[in-house]
Amino acid sequence: MSKNRNVGIIGCGMSKFSSHREEVNQPEMIFEAVEEALADAGITMDDVECIVHGNMELFEMVHQPDMWHALGTGTRGKSGVRLTTGGTTGATLACAADNLVASGLHDVVMAVGFEKLQEGHTTGGISNMADPLWGRKLQAGALTGTTALQMIDKFGEERAKACAMKHRVIMDEHAALNEKAHRCFNLERSFITEMMDASPQLVGELRMIHMCSQSDGACVVIFASEAKVEEWKKKAAWVHDHETVHREESIIFTEEKTTHRVSAERIYARNGITNPREEIDVFEMYDPSSWWGLHWLGEFLLLDGDEHLQMVENDEICINGKFPVNPSGGVVASNPIGATALVRVAEAAMQVRGTAGKHQVPKPVHKALASGFGGTMWSTLMLLSDEKLNLEEAS
Amino acid sequence: MGKRVAICAVAQTKYESNKWQQRMQGLVWEVVKDVKEQVGLGFGPREIESSVTCSDDLFDARTISDNAITDVVGAHFQGEEKVAADGSQAVYYAVSQILSGHHDVVLLAGHCKESQGASRNQVTHLAFDPFFTRPIGLDYLAAAGLQARAYMAASGVTDEQLADVVVRSRQWAAKNPLANAQDAVTREDVMASPMVADPIREGHVYPVSDGAIAMILASEERAQELCDNPVWITGLGNCYDTFYLGERELEGNFSLSKAAERAYKMAGVTDPKAELDVVEIADQYAYQQAQVAEGLGLCGAGEGGAWLEAGGPDAQNVNRSGGMLAGNPLLMGGLARVAECVLQLQGEAGDRQVAGAKRAVAQGSTGPAGQLQTVVVLEN
Repeated sequence: MSKNRNVGIIGCGMSKFSSHREEVNQPEMIFEAVEEALADAGITMDDVECIVHGNMELFEMVHQPDMWHALGTGTRGKSGVRLTTGGTTGATLACAADNLVASGLHDVVMAVGFEKLQEGHTTGGISNMADPLWGRKLQAGALTGTTALQMIDKFGEERAKACAMKHRVIMDEHAALNEKAHRCFNLERSFITEMMDASPQLVGELRMIHMCSQSDGACVVIFASEAKVEEWKKKAAWVHDHETVHREESIIFTEEKTTHRVSAERIYARNGITNPREEIDVFEMYDPSSWWGLHWLGEFLLLDGDEHLQMVENDEICINGKFPVNPSGGVVASNPIGATALVRVAEAAMQVRGTAGKHQVPKPVHKALASGFGGTMWSTLMLLSDEKLNLEEAS
Repeated sequence: MGKRVAICAVAQTKYESNKWQQRMQGLVWEVVKDVKEQVGLGFGPREIESSVTCSDDLFDARTISDNAITDVVGAHFQGEEKVAADGSQAVYYAVSQILSGHHDVVLLAGHCKESQGASRNQVTHLAFDPFFTRPIGLDYLAAAGLQARAYMAASGVTDEQLADVVVRSRQWAAKNPLANAQDAVTREDVMASPMVADPIREGHVYPVSDGAIAMILASEERAQELCDNPVWITGLGNCYDTFYLGERELEGNFSLSKAAERAYKMAGVTDPKAELDVVEIADQYAYQQAQVAEGLGLCGAGEGGAWLEAGGPDAQNVNRSGGMLAGNPLLMGGLARVAECVLQLQGEAGDRQVAGAKRAVAQGSTGPAGQLQTVVVLEN
């Protein structure tokens, strides 16, 4: 594995995320993000050669939505590819945009992720991913209480539950700093137990308050070749690497490792990262619930003991902490599914470029990591940096 | 393109109108197993490193249709990415994975079972926006009817000529063991078939079809090890038109001309009339064979009728596979064209072989009335 040429992210845009964007239709909502990304990059549609587009079409029941969305993405006369991989779609779009630019096929590629969950039935749509013969009667959307059960078994009920709720409250504090975030409740740390007890149980100890929102929203990220970045004199978040780890839909209980851990091991090994907690400055994680966010933090950082719980307990993952996680508020704050994983990449790029505004982490950001989650426990990671790759050295 | 990408192996199922005996996973495994054996590779580092799949959630009636086939494409803790469009688009993307340097060997696997739905028109109806164009009942067939009327008027294509396109498709399909519609028809049969979206007759429409296709794509260095007869992808281009039919020049080839221009430029094709030995067109409906021929530069704009009359399809070796008219499902239409070009360039096309073929072009389209067009140039 090598890289043919450097690719930098030069513009990011997002619509406002909300439960109901009734005042705009799908292409109009996408256009909000397109306009913002173009303005951020300081370019026009004339400079964009190729648009990669993705969402999960059974949510809105629009077949081949890139056709209608051409009105909002501006793709007439341009190249494009539509890719969909469930929740990982946005991360796949980022990988695809990177591949398309690095390949030399295109100099400027715009990734467009989108979902308008209000127009469909989210849990019904997700349940429909299960095999109609073997799994559909068992699938309850994205709701699974297994992780809560496992963490309670491993770390004790009181500590595990307190940590998951602390994670939830930290994300809410971050969301308060992000004007695009769908939900911010101003949750208070002093009422953690009461809030948890008052929240309805969805599956076991996975409660309503732990779970992500269902949102309407679009995200756009612009990727450019090194030559274009230099020609336009842009500050770029350089794409160092990406790794996609999928797996089959059947659950295999004997697996020793999660896809999250495997994807992290591979991307660290290829990029000479031996201590991710020291070497990565900010992490935007696809955390569909606070239980998963808490558990996966340990997986992505290759931790074995209770260090990830400690990182939450001692505020290390806070925006001003040593290892900030989701300064945007993460997925529990906003989840327009087809856009969500691309939002992680956008937020990581904004941190590297120093354009995150009120939720910019208060320290230099040299390296940022973004994760995508979807399908049947699929994991995609993208590593960004403020320095471009030395391609001769890398090869 | 600096480096080159080759197709090292191709496998297709037999295309049939109702493969009720096989689930989509079975279809895909049939062709994946075949291409794996052709190149002698397993899944993993230095073997097949990643897969690009091609399928559609609505046709499969499954959210995240690719999660149903990750196991059969080797995505056990490995990369898999799904292109949700015509399979020629999956070729476009798979090439970028290799040229980027990210992977050296990629499996491409696509499938579609049109037979699973009560009507494929119900699926394509949902491609229209819910406010303006869905309420008037448009689907891909109805959109094609509007385009066919506009195109036939502009290019002087007649009902007789369209019937002859179908007659010729069946003649070649009879020599393609994988084709679906192989029964001979006469001009009179086609012209007597009922109108389904005036001026499109039932005989002009590709049959409901099921099928799957797999390919192995590899970087230049790996391709030489993996096979004796790599087929090189030397040109690629694609282009979208806008959405509303009323805002498009339906009789023209806005997106296809641009896609072809991009692919030809990359491949160094300056005179498509003379420099292409094999042409494969994804003719979902008979009129598209002539319209696409114009877009690919096989004849001038507005000359499709004259081109058919003068025997253009025979002279330029168009659709010796039988074309999409002989029955490939949506999504596999363009990919089956690429597959046929590979077979022709490898000299493996049996009774329909174009002797000494050196360069071929495949076209695929996605969306209503060819909104997104893809062109792939291949050479041996």
